[in-house]
Amino acid sequence: MGELLHPYEFEFFRNAVWVATLAGALCALVGVYVVLRGMSYIGHGLSHAIFGGYAASAVMGVNLVAGASVWGVLCAISITSITRRRVIGSDAAIGVITTASFAFGLALLAIFGEQAGSFDNLLFGSILGVAVSDVWLVAGALVFSALVVFLFWRPLLFTTFDPEVAEVSGVRVGLVDAVLMLALSLSILLTMQVLGVTLVAATLVIPPTVARMLTSSFTKMLWLSTLIGAVSGFVGMNLSYHLDIQSGPTIVLVGTALFLTVFLVTGRRGLGRVAGLAH
Amino acid sequence: MSALVELADVTCTYGGAPVLLDVNLDVAPGSLTGVVGPSGSGKTSLLRVLLGSLRPVAGRVARRDGLRVAYVPQVETVSWSFPVTVAECVLMSRTTGRRLPWASKAERVQLDDVLWRLGIGELADRHIRALSGGQQQRVFLARALFAEPELLLLDEPTSGVDVATRHDVLHLLGDLNAGGLTILLTTHDLNGIAAHLPSIVCLNRSVIAAGAPAAVLRPDVLERTYGAPMQVLEHGGMPVVVDSFESRRS
Repeated sequence: MGELLHPYEFEFFRNAVWVATLAGALCALVGVYVVLRGMSYIGHGLSHAIFGGYAASAVMGVNLVAGASVWGVLCAISITSITRRRVIGSDAAIGVITTASFAFGLALLAIFGEQAGSFDNLLFGSILGVAVSDVWLVAGALVFSALVVFLFWRPLLFTTFDPEVAEVSGVRVGLVDAVLMLALSLSILLTMQVLGVTLVAATLVIPPTVARMLTSSFTKMLWLSTLIGAVSGFVGMNLSYHLDIQSGPTIVLVGTALFLTVFLVTGRRGLGRVAGLAH
Repeated sequence: MSALVELADVTCTYGGAPVLLDVNLDVAPGSLTGVVGPSGSGKTSLLRVLLGSLRPVAGRVARRDGLRVAYVPQVETVSWSFPVTVAECVLMSRTTGRRLPWASKAERVQLDDVLWRLGIGELADRHIRALSGGQQQRVFLARALFAEPELLLLDEPTSGVDVATRHDVLHLLGDLNAGGLTILLTTHDLNGIAAHLPSIVCLNRSVIAAGAPAAVLRPDVLERTYGAPMQVLEHGGMPVVVDSFESRRS
Protein backbone atom coordinates (compact mmCIF):
# COMPACT_ATOMS: atom_id res chain seq x y z
CA MET A 1 0.00 0.00 0.00
CA GLY A 2 2.81 2.33 0.96
CA GLU A 3 4.49 1.51 -2.32
CA LEU A 4 1.30 2.41 -4.24
CA LEU A 5 0.97 5.76 -2.48
CA HIS A 6 4.64 6.60 -2.63
CA PRO A 7 4.53 8.72 -5.84
CA TYR A 8 1.82 10.91 -4.29
CA GLU A 9 4.53 12.52 -2.19
CA PHE A 10 5.58 14.43 -5.29
CA GLU A 11 3.51 17.45 -6.22
CA PHE A 12 4.12 16.99 -9.94
CA PHE A 13 2.71 13.45 -9.73
CA ARG A 14 -0.41 14.54 -7.84
CA ASN A 15 -0.97 17.20 -10.51
CA ALA A 16 -0.34 14.70 -13.28
CA VAL A 17 -2.88 12.24 -11.83
CA TRP A 18 -5.46 15.02 -11.62
CA VAL A 19 -4.79 16.12 -15.19
CA ALA A 20 -4.86 12.55 -16.55
CA THR A 21 -8.13 11.73 -14.77
CA LEU A 22 -9.90 14.98 -15.69
CA ALA A 23 -8.54 14.98 -19.26
CA GLY A 24 -9.58 11.34 -19.66
CA ALA A 25 -13.13 12.24 -18.60
CA LEU A 26 -13.12 15.35 -20.82
CA CYS A 27 -11.97 13.60 -23.99
CA ALA A 28 -14.31 10.67 -23.38
CA LEU A 29 -17.30 13.01 -22.97
CA VAL A 30 -16.62 15.01 -26.14
CA GLY A 31 -15.51 11.80 -27.87
CA VAL A 32 -19.05 10.38 -27.69
CA TYR A 33 -20.14 12.96 -30.27
CA VAL A 34 -16.97 12.50 -32.30
CA VAL A 35 -17.48 8.75 -32.54
CA LEU A 36 -21.23 8.93 -33.20
CA ARG A 37 -20.69 11.49 -35.97
CA GLY A 38 -18.21 9.15 -37.61
CA MET A 39 -15.43 11.70 -37.18
CA SER A 40 -12.93 9.58 -35.21
CA TYR A 41 -10.26 10.56 -37.68
CA ILE A 42 -10.86 14.26 -36.93
CA GLY A 43 -9.48 13.82 -33.40
CA HIS A 44 -6.30 12.37 -34.79
CA GLY A 45 -6.09 15.12 -37.40
CA LEU A 46 -6.93 17.99 -35.06
CA SER A 47 -4.23 17.06 -32.57
CA HIS A 48 -1.70 17.37 -35.39
CA ALA A 49 -3.28 20.61 -36.59
CA ILE A 50 -3.16 22.13 -33.12
CA PHE A 51 0.55 21.34 -32.96
CA GLY A 52 0.97 23.86 -35.82
CA GLY A 53 -0.96 26.44 -33.84
CA TYR A 54 1.16 25.78 -30.79
CA ALA A 55 4.34 26.35 -32.74
CA ALA A 56 3.00 29.50 -34.40
CA SER A 57 1.87 30.95 -31.05
CA ALA A 58 5.26 30.26 -29.49
CA VAL A 59 7.04 31.99 -32.37
CA MET A 60 4.71 34.99 -32.32
CA GLY A 61 4.91 35.26 -28.55
CA VAL A 62 1.14 34.80 -28.14
CA ASN A 63 -0.30 32.88 -25.16
CA LEU A 64 0.14 29.24 -26.16
CA VAL A 65 -3.22 27.93 -25.00
CA ALA A 66 -5.20 30.83 -26.48
CA GLY A 67 -3.29 30.82 -29.78
CA ALA A 68 -3.45 27.08 -30.26
CA SER A 69 -7.15 26.86 -29.42
CA VAL A 70 -8.05 29.62 -31.89
CA TRP A 71 -5.97 27.78 -34.47
CA GLY A 72 -7.63 24.46 -33.66
CA VAL A 73 -11.14 25.89 -33.86
CA LEU A 74 -10.35 27.53 -37.22
CA CYS A 75 -9.03 24.23 -38.57
CA ALA A 76 -12.05 22.33 -37.21
CA ILE A 77 -14.54 24.81 -38.65
CA SER A 78 -12.87 24.84 -42.06
CA ILE A 79 -12.93 21.02 -42.11
CA THR A 80 -16.61 20.98 -41.18
CA SER A 81 -17.62 23.60 -43.73
CA ILE A 82 -15.58 22.06 -46.56
CA THR A 83 -17.14 18.69 -45.78
CA ARG A 84 -20.65 20.13 -45.53
CA ARG A 85 -20.37 21.87 -48.90
CA ARG A 86 -19.05 18.62 -50.32
CA VAL A 87 -16.19 20.33 -52.13
CA ILE A 88 -14.08 17.28 -51.32
CA GLY A 89 -14.69 14.29 -49.07
CA SER A 90 -14.23 14.71 -45.30
CA ASP A 91 -11.28 12.30 -45.15
CA ALA A 92 -9.47 14.32 -47.81
CA ALA A 93 -10.38 17.64 -46.15
CA ILE A 94 -9.06 16.46 -42.78
CA GLY A 95 -5.96 14.99 -44.40
CA VAL A 96 -5.06 18.19 -46.27
CA ILE A 97 -5.79 20.76 -43.56
CA THR A 98 -4.34 18.94 -40.58
CA THR A 99 -1.17 17.54 -42.11
CA ALA A 100 -0.46 20.95 -43.68
CA SER A 101 -0.85 22.54 -40.26
CA PHE A 102 1.38 19.89 -38.63
CA ALA A 103 4.05 20.39 -41.31
CA PHE A 104 3.81 24.15 -40.81
CA GLY A 105 4.46 23.64 -37.09
CA LEU A 106 7.48 21.42 -37.79
CA ALA A 107 8.85 23.99 -40.24
CA LEU A 108 8.48 26.78 -37.67
CA LEU A 109 10.20 24.54 -35.16
CA ALA A 110 13.11 23.98 -37.54
CA ILE A 111 13.54 27.73 -38.15
CA PHE A 112 12.98 28.98 -34.60
CA GLY A 113 14.11 25.85 -32.77
CA GLU A 114 15.16 27.28 -29.40
CA GLN A 115 12.15 25.75 -27.59
CA ALA A 116 12.68 22.31 -29.07
CA GLY A 117 12.56 20.58 -25.68
CA SER A 118 8.97 21.49 -24.92
CA PHE A 119 7.89 20.61 -28.47
CA ASP A 120 9.31 17.10 -28.03
CA ASN A 121 7.15 16.73 -24.95
CA LEU A 122 4.16 17.89 -26.96
CA LEU A 123 4.70 15.14 -29.50
CA PHE A 124 4.98 12.29 -27.01
CA GLY A 125 3.59 13.64 -23.74
CA SER A 126 5.28 14.36 -20.43
CA ILE A 127 4.12 14.56 -16.85
CA LEU A 128 7.16 16.26 -15.40
CA GLY A 129 6.10 19.80 -16.16
CA VAL A 130 2.46 19.52 -15.01
CA ALA A 131 1.67 22.49 -12.75
CA VAL A 132 -1.34 23.26 -10.56
CA SER A 133 -2.45 25.80 -13.18
CA ASP A 134 -2.69 22.96 -15.75
CA VAL A 135 -5.01 21.06 -13.42
CA TRP A 136 -7.27 24.09 -13.21
CA LEU A 137 -7.20 24.58 -16.99
CA VAL A 138 -8.31 20.99 -17.64
CA ALA A 139 -10.93 21.23 -14.90
CA GLY A 140 -12.21 24.45 -16.53
CA ALA A 141 -12.40 22.77 -19.93
CA LEU A 142 -14.29 19.83 -18.41
CA VAL A 143 -16.81 22.20 -16.80
CA PHE A 144 -17.15 24.09 -20.10
CA SER A 145 -17.71 20.89 -22.11
CA ALA A 146 -20.17 19.52 -19.56
CA LEU A 147 -22.09 22.81 -19.78
CA VAL A 148 -22.12 22.60 -23.58
CA VAL A 149 -23.46 19.05 -23.41
CA PHE A 150 -26.01 20.07 -20.78
CA LEU A 151 -27.30 23.26 -22.44
CA PHE A 152 -27.20 21.98 -26.03
CA TRP A 153 -28.40 18.46 -25.17
CA ARG A 154 -31.23 18.14 -27.67
CA PRO A 155 -29.75 20.20 -30.54
CA LEU A 156 -26.44 18.29 -30.18
CA LEU A 157 -28.17 14.93 -30.14
CA PHE A 158 -30.45 15.88 -33.04
CA THR A 159 -27.61 17.18 -35.26
CA THR A 160 -25.47 14.15 -34.43
CA PHE A 161 -28.25 11.67 -35.19
CA ASP A 162 -29.95 13.33 -38.12
CA PRO A 163 -28.29 16.59 -39.28
CA GLU A 164 -30.52 17.24 -42.28
CA VAL A 165 -33.80 16.82 -40.42
CA ALA A 166 -32.39 18.82 -37.50
CA GLU A 167 -31.65 21.73 -39.82
CA VAL A 168 -35.12 21.81 -41.35
CA SER A 169 -36.62 21.48 -37.87
CA GLY A 170 -35.11 24.81 -36.91
CA VAL A 171 -31.87 23.73 -35.20
CA ARG A 172 -28.98 26.13 -35.87
CA VAL A 173 -26.67 23.38 -37.05
CA GLY A 174 -23.75 25.73 -37.81
CA LEU A 175 -23.74 27.13 -34.29
CA VAL A 176 -24.06 23.70 -32.68
CA ASP A 177 -21.17 22.36 -34.81
CA ALA A 178 -18.99 25.36 -33.94
CA VAL A 179 -19.59 24.98 -30.19
CA LEU A 180 -18.81 21.26 -30.36
CA MET A 181 -15.63 21.96 -32.32
CA LEU A 182 -14.57 24.51 -29.71
CA ALA A 183 -15.04 21.94 -26.94
CA LEU A 184 -13.18 19.34 -29.01
CA SER A 185 -10.25 21.65 -29.75
CA LEU A 186 -9.95 22.63 -26.09
CA SER A 187 -10.04 18.98 -25.02
CA ILE A 188 -7.31 17.97 -27.43
CA LEU A 189 -5.15 20.97 -26.64
CA LEU A 190 -5.19 20.45 -22.88
CA THR A 191 -4.80 16.70 -23.06
CA MET A 192 -1.88 16.88 -25.46
CA GLN A 193 0.45 17.83 -22.63
CA VAL A 194 0.14 14.50 -20.82
CA LEU A 195 -0.59 12.23 -23.75
CA GLY A 196 1.25 13.81 -26.61
CA VAL A 197 -0.02 14.73 -30.09
CA THR A 198 0.28 11.18 -31.34
CA LEU A 199 -1.93 9.49 -28.74
CA VAL A 200 -4.67 12.03 -27.94
CA ALA A 201 -7.03 10.56 -30.53
CA ALA A 202 -7.17 7.27 -28.61
CA THR A 203 -8.70 8.94 -25.54
CA LEU A 204 -11.43 10.42 -27.77
CA VAL A 205 -12.31 7.12 -29.41
CA ILE A 206 -11.71 4.19 -27.02
CA PRO A 207 -14.01 5.14 -24.07
CA PRO A 208 -17.09 5.94 -26.24
CA THR A 209 -16.59 2.73 -28.20
CA VAL A 210 -16.38 0.67 -25.01
CA ALA A 211 -19.47 2.47 -23.63
CA ARG A 212 -21.41 1.82 -26.84
CA MET A 213 -20.67 -1.90 -26.53
CA LEU A 214 -22.27 -1.82 -23.08
CA THR A 215 -25.43 0.21 -23.78
CA SER A 216 -27.90 1.30 -26.45
CA SER A 217 -29.10 4.37 -24.56
CA PHE A 218 -27.53 7.70 -25.44
CA THR A 219 -27.68 9.08 -21.88
CA LYS A 220 -26.07 5.97 -20.40
CA MET A 221 -23.42 6.00 -23.11
CA LEU A 222 -22.40 9.57 -22.15
CA TRP A 223 -22.06 8.71 -18.44
CA LEU A 224 -20.29 5.40 -19.04
CA SER A 225 -17.87 6.86 -21.54
CA THR A 226 -16.90 9.72 -19.20
CA LEU A 227 -16.38 7.27 -16.34
CA ILE A 228 -14.29 4.90 -18.46
CA GLY A 229 -12.16 7.83 -19.66
CA ALA A 230 -11.53 9.02 -16.10
CA VAL A 231 -10.65 5.52 -14.86
CA SER A 232 -8.27 4.93 -17.79
CA GLY A 233 -6.52 8.23 -17.06
CA PHE A 234 -6.23 7.56 -13.33
CA VAL A 235 -5.11 3.93 -13.57
CA GLY A 236 -2.87 4.64 -16.54
CA MET A 237 -1.03 7.46 -14.80
CA ASN A 238 -0.40 5.37 -11.69
CA LEU A 239 0.78 2.37 -13.72
CA SER A 240 3.00 4.66 -15.73
CA TYR A 241 4.94 5.55 -12.59
CA HIS A 242 5.27 2.01 -11.27
CA LEU A 243 6.12 0.39 -14.61
CA ASP A 244 8.31 3.30 -15.65
CA ILE A 245 6.61 3.68 -19.04
CA GLN A 246 5.61 7.06 -20.53
CA SER A 247 2.17 8.24 -19.39
CA GLY A 248 0.64 8.51 -22.92
CA PRO A 249 1.17 4.89 -23.97
CA THR A 250 0.18 3.56 -20.53
CA ILE A 251 -3.14 5.44 -20.46
CA VAL A 252 -3.97 4.29 -23.99
CA LEU A 253 -3.02 0.70 -23.17
CA VAL A 254 -5.28 0.71 -20.09
CA GLY A 255 -8.14 1.86 -22.35
CA THR A 256 -7.27 -0.87 -24.81
CA ALA A 257 -7.30 -3.48 -22.04
CA LEU A 258 -10.78 -2.26 -21.00
CA PHE A 259 -11.90 -2.48 -24.62
CA LEU A 260 -10.68 -6.08 -24.94
CA THR A 261 -12.26 -7.08 -21.61
CA VAL A 262 -15.65 -5.63 -22.55
CA PHE A 263 -15.34 -7.17 -26.00
CA LEU A 264 -14.77 -10.60 -24.47
CA VAL A 265 -17.67 -10.17 -22.04
CA THR A 266 -20.27 -8.74 -24.44
CA GLY A 267 -19.05 -10.75 -27.43
CA ARG A 268 -21.06 -10.63 -30.59
CA ARG A 269 -23.78 -8.39 -29.10
CA GLY A 270 -21.31 -5.63 -28.21
CA LEU A 271 -19.62 -5.92 -31.55
CA GLY A 272 -22.97 -5.64 -33.33
CA ARG A 273 -23.63 -2.38 -31.50
CA VAL A 274 -20.39 -0.74 -32.60
CA ALA A 275 -20.42 -2.25 -36.09
CA GLY A 276 -22.44 0.58 -37.59
CA LEU A 277 -21.30 3.42 -35.35
CA ALA A 278 -20.15 5.74 -38.10
CA HIS A 279 -23.03 6.45 -40.40
CA MET B 1 -57.85 30.95 -46.09
CA SER B 2 -54.46 31.58 -47.66
CA ALA B 3 -51.98 28.76 -48.34
CA LEU B 4 -49.43 27.65 -45.71
CA VAL B 5 -46.78 27.45 -48.40
CA GLU B 6 -47.15 28.78 -51.90
CA LEU B 7 -44.78 27.92 -54.76
CA ALA B 8 -44.95 30.15 -57.84
CA ASP B 9 -42.96 29.16 -60.97
CA VAL B 10 -40.30 27.49 -58.83
CA THR B 11 -37.25 26.10 -60.63
CA CYS B 12 -34.49 24.20 -58.80
CA THR B 13 -31.23 22.60 -59.85
CA TYR B 14 -28.38 20.78 -58.14
CA GLY B 15 -25.98 22.38 -60.58
CA GLY B 16 -27.07 20.57 -63.76
CA ALA B 17 -30.44 20.24 -65.48
CA PRO B 18 -33.39 21.49 -63.42
CA VAL B 19 -34.91 18.91 -61.07
CA LEU B 20 -38.00 21.09 -60.71
CA LEU B 21 -39.20 23.35 -63.52
CA ASP B 22 -41.83 26.11 -63.14
CA VAL B 23 -43.63 24.34 -60.31
CA ASN B 24 -46.81 25.97 -59.03
CA LEU B 25 -48.29 24.53 -55.88
CA ASP B 26 -50.40 25.76 -52.97
CA VAL B 27 -50.39 23.82 -49.72
CA ALA B 28 -53.80 24.75 -48.35
CA PRO B 29 -54.45 24.59 -44.58
CA GLY B 30 -56.12 21.32 -43.62
CA SER B 31 -55.23 19.56 -46.86
CA LEU B 32 -53.98 15.97 -47.19
CA THR B 33 -52.02 15.64 -50.39
CA GLY B 34 -50.02 12.88 -52.04
CA VAL B 35 -47.28 13.72 -54.53
CA VAL B 36 -46.77 10.96 -57.09
CA GLY B 37 -44.33 10.56 -59.94
CA PRO B 38 -41.60 8.26 -61.25
CA SER B 39 -38.14 7.98 -59.66
CA GLY B 40 -36.16 11.14 -60.30
CA SER B 41 -39.29 13.22 -60.92
CA GLY B 42 -38.35 15.68 -58.16
CA LYS B 43 -40.60 14.43 -55.34
CA THR B 44 -37.95 14.64 -52.63
CA SER B 45 -36.66 17.94 -54.05
CA LEU B 46 -40.18 19.34 -53.81
CA LEU B 47 -40.28 18.36 -50.13
CA ARG B 48 -36.92 20.04 -49.61
CA VAL B 49 -38.23 23.25 -51.18
CA LEU B 50 -41.28 23.16 -48.89
CA LEU B 51 -38.96 22.56 -45.92
CA GLY B 52 -36.74 25.44 -46.97
CA SER B 53 -33.54 23.39 -47.25
CA LEU B 54 -33.43 23.70 -51.06
CA ARG B 55 -33.53 27.23 -52.47
CA PRO B 56 -35.03 27.75 -55.92
CA VAL B 57 -32.92 29.38 -58.64
CA ALA B 58 -36.05 30.99 -60.05
CA GLY B 59 -39.60 31.55 -58.84
CA ARG B 60 -41.00 32.42 -55.45
CA VAL B 61 -41.66 30.47 -52.26
CA ALA B 62 -44.02 32.16 -49.81
CA ARG B 63 -44.25 30.52 -46.39
CA ARG B 64 -46.70 31.70 -43.77
CA ASP B 65 -44.91 33.59 -41.01
CA GLY B 66 -43.75 31.36 -38.15
CA LEU B 67 -45.02 28.20 -39.83
CA ARG B 68 -43.98 25.08 -37.90
CA VAL B 69 -43.02 22.29 -40.28
CA ALA B 70 -42.02 18.75 -39.29
CA TYR B 71 -40.46 16.15 -41.52
CA VAL B 72 -40.53 12.36 -41.49
CA PRO B 73 -37.57 11.03 -43.51
CA GLN B 74 -37.55 7.77 -45.43
CA VAL B 75 -36.77 5.00 -42.96
CA GLU B 76 -33.99 3.81 -45.28
CA THR B 77 -32.03 6.99 -44.51
CA VAL B 78 -32.03 6.54 -40.72
CA SER B 79 -28.85 5.27 -39.01
CA TRP B 80 -30.36 2.43 -37.00
CA SER B 81 -27.28 1.58 -34.97
CA PHE B 82 -27.26 5.03 -33.34
CA PRO B 83 -27.71 4.60 -29.57
CA VAL B 84 -31.10 6.18 -28.93
CA THR B 85 -34.19 4.73 -27.33
CA VAL B 86 -37.66 5.50 -28.69
CA ALA B 87 -38.23 8.14 -25.98
CA GLU B 88 -34.84 9.82 -26.57
CA CYS B 89 -35.51 9.90 -30.29
CA VAL B 90 -38.93 11.55 -29.93
CA LEU B 91 -37.79 14.06 -27.28
CA MET B 92 -34.91 15.42 -29.38
CA SER B 93 -37.29 17.06 -31.86
CA ARG B 94 -38.46 19.75 -29.45
CA THR B 95 -35.42 21.99 -29.57
CA THR B 96 -36.90 25.37 -28.82
CA GLY B 97 -37.78 26.56 -25.35
CA ARG B 98 -36.55 23.95 -22.89
CA ARG B 99 -32.78 23.73 -22.44
CA LEU B 100 -32.48 20.95 -19.90
CA PRO B 101 -31.59 17.45 -21.10
CA TRP B 102 -34.42 15.63 -19.36
CA ALA B 103 -38.11 15.95 -20.17
CA SER B 104 -40.34 18.21 -18.09
CA LYS B 105 -43.40 16.78 -16.41
CA ALA B 106 -45.63 18.25 -19.13
CA GLU B 107 -43.36 16.83 -21.82
CA ARG B 108 -43.46 13.37 -20.30
CA VAL B 109 -47.25 13.46 -20.40
CA GLN B 110 -47.18 14.64 -24.03
CA LEU B 111 -44.57 12.00 -24.92
CA ASP B 112 -46.69 9.27 -23.39
CA ASP B 113 -49.73 10.65 -25.16
CA VAL B 114 -48.17 10.69 -28.62
CA LEU B 115 -46.58 7.22 -28.21
CA TRP B 116 -49.84 5.60 -27.08
CA ARG B 117 -51.76 7.39 -29.81
CA LEU B 118 -49.44 5.80 -32.38
CA GLY B 119 -49.65 2.39 -30.68
CA ILE B 120 -46.02 2.28 -29.50
CA GLY B 121 -46.62 3.35 -25.90
CA GLU B 122 -45.02 0.28 -24.35
CA LEU B 123 -41.84 0.64 -26.44
CA ALA B 124 -40.53 3.93 -24.99
CA ASP B 125 -37.33 2.39 -23.55
CA ARG B 126 -36.53 0.14 -26.48
CA HIS B 127 -33.60 0.84 -28.79
CA ILE B 128 -34.85 2.01 -32.20
CA ARG B 129 -33.35 -0.97 -33.99
CA ALA B 130 -35.22 -3.43 -31.80
CA LEU B 131 -38.54 -2.59 -33.51
CA SER B 132 -40.51 -3.84 -36.49
CA GLY B 133 -40.62 -1.81 -39.71
CA GLY B 134 -44.05 -0.39 -38.93
CA GLN B 135 -43.03 0.54 -35.39
CA GLN B 136 -39.90 2.26 -36.68
CA GLN B 137 -42.04 4.32 -39.06
CA ARG B 138 -44.25 5.33 -36.14
CA VAL B 139 -41.29 6.43 -34.02
CA PHE B 140 -40.32 8.99 -36.63
CA LEU B 141 -43.93 10.05 -37.06
CA ALA B 142 -44.07 10.48 -33.27
CA ARG B 143 -40.88 12.54 -33.34
CA ALA B 144 -42.40 14.84 -35.97
CA LEU B 145 -45.71 15.18 -34.10
CA PHE B 146 -43.93 15.91 -30.82
CA ALA B 147 -42.60 19.12 -32.40
CA GLU B 148 -46.26 20.22 -32.68
CA PRO B 149 -46.18 21.08 -36.38
CA GLU B 150 -48.85 22.79 -38.45
CA LEU B 151 -47.54 21.17 -41.62
CA LEU B 152 -46.30 17.57 -41.71
CA LEU B 153 -44.17 16.39 -44.63
CA LEU B 154 -43.43 12.69 -45.16
CA ASP B 155 -41.05 11.15 -47.68
CA GLU B 156 -42.33 7.76 -48.86
CA PRO B 157 -43.92 6.86 -45.51
CA THR B 158 -44.95 3.41 -46.68
CA SER B 159 -41.89 2.21 -48.55
CA GLY B 160 -40.65 -1.09 -47.21
CA VAL B 161 -43.60 -1.79 -44.91
CA ASP B 162 -46.21 -4.55 -45.22
CA VAL B 163 -49.83 -4.11 -46.29
CA ALA B 164 -51.26 -4.05 -42.75
CA THR B 165 -48.81 -1.33 -41.69
CA ARG B 166 -49.58 0.63 -44.84
CA HIS B 167 -53.28 0.62 -43.91
CA ASP B 168 -52.44 1.66 -40.35
CA VAL B 169 -50.26 4.53 -41.49
CA LEU B 170 -52.92 5.68 -43.93
CA HIS B 171 -55.62 5.63 -41.23
CA LEU B 172 -53.36 7.43 -38.81
CA LEU B 173 -52.63 10.18 -41.30
CA GLY B 174 -56.35 10.46 -42.02
CA ASP B 175 -57.10 10.86 -38.31
CA LEU B 176 -54.36 13.46 -37.86
CA ASN B 177 -55.66 15.35 -40.86
CA ALA B 178 -59.20 15.21 -39.47
CA GLY B 179 -57.74 16.78 -36.32
CA GLY B 180 -56.63 19.78 -38.36
CA LEU B 181 -53.04 18.88 -39.32
CA THR B 182 -52.01 19.74 -42.87
CA ILE B 183 -50.16 16.80 -44.47
CA LEU B 184 -48.21 16.36 -47.67
CA LEU B 185 -46.47 13.11 -48.53
CA THR B 186 -44.65 11.59 -51.45
CA THR B 187 -45.44 8.05 -52.56
CA HIS B 188 -44.76 5.69 -55.41
CA ASP B 189 -47.81 3.65 -54.44
CA LEU B 190 -50.67 4.82 -56.67
CA ASN B 191 -53.29 2.28 -55.66
CA GLY B 192 -52.36 1.57 -52.05
CA ILE B 193 -51.90 5.18 -50.97
CA ALA B 194 -52.51 7.91 -53.52
CA ALA B 195 -55.97 6.75 -54.63
CA HIS B 196 -57.14 6.90 -50.98
CA LEU B 197 -56.06 10.51 -50.42
CA PRO B 198 -58.39 13.47 -51.00
CA SER B 199 -55.90 15.19 -53.26
CA ILE B 200 -53.06 14.14 -55.57
CA VAL B 201 -50.27 16.06 -57.32
CA CYS B 202 -48.73 14.35 -60.36
CA LEU B 203 -45.14 15.50 -60.67
CA ASN B 204 -42.55 15.02 -63.33
CA ARG B 205 -40.22 17.99 -62.89
CA SER B 206 -43.33 20.16 -63.37
CA VAL B 207 -46.81 19.66 -61.97
CA ILE B 208 -48.64 17.64 -64.62
CA ALA B 209 -51.99 17.69 -62.82
CA ALA B 210 -53.40 18.28 -59.35
CA GLY B 211 -56.78 17.50 -57.82
CA ALA B 212 -58.99 14.70 -56.50
CA PRO B 213 -58.04 11.10 -57.47
CA ALA B 214 -61.01 10.71 -59.79
CA ALA B 215 -60.00 13.83 -61.69
CA VAL B 216 -56.27 13.18 -61.79
CA LEU B 217 -55.89 9.40 -62.14
CA ARG B 218 -56.63 9.38 -65.88
CA PRO B 219 -54.66 7.54 -68.57
CA ASP B 220 -53.54 10.73 -70.34
CA VAL B 221 -52.31 12.40 -67.14
CA LEU B 222 -50.53 9.22 -65.98
CA GLU B 223 -48.85 8.73 -69.32
CA ARG B 224 -47.54 12.27 -69.24
CA THR B 225 -46.36 11.78 -65.63
CA TYR B 226 -44.75 8.36 -65.98
CA GLY B 227 -43.83 8.43 -69.66
CA ALA B 228 -45.51 5.05 -70.11
CA PRO B 229 -49.07 4.13 -71.06
CA MET B 230 -51.30 3.12 -68.13
CA GLN B 231 -54.90 2.09 -67.79
CA VAL B 232 -57.34 3.13 -65.11
CA LEU B 233 -60.01 0.62 -64.07
CA GLU B 234 -62.71 1.10 -61.51
CA HIS B 235 -63.18 -1.17 -58.55
CA GLY B 236 -65.82 -0.45 -55.90
CA GLY B 237 -65.94 3.21 -56.88
CA MET B 238 -62.13 3.59 -56.56
CA PRO B 239 -59.79 4.17 -59.48
CA VAL B 240 -57.23 1.36 -59.92
CA VAL B 241 -54.18 2.03 -62.05
CA VAL B 242 -52.66 -0.85 -64.02
CA ASP B 243 -49.77 -1.03 -66.48
CA SER B 244 -50.91 -1.05 -70.05
CA PHE B 245 -49.07 -4.16 -71.27
CA GLU B 246 -50.73 -4.24 -74.67
CA SER B 247 -49.40 -0.85 -75.68
CA ARG B 248 -45.95 -1.82 -74.41
CA ARG B 249 -45.84 -4.83 -76.64
CA SER B 250 -46.64 -2.84 -79.77
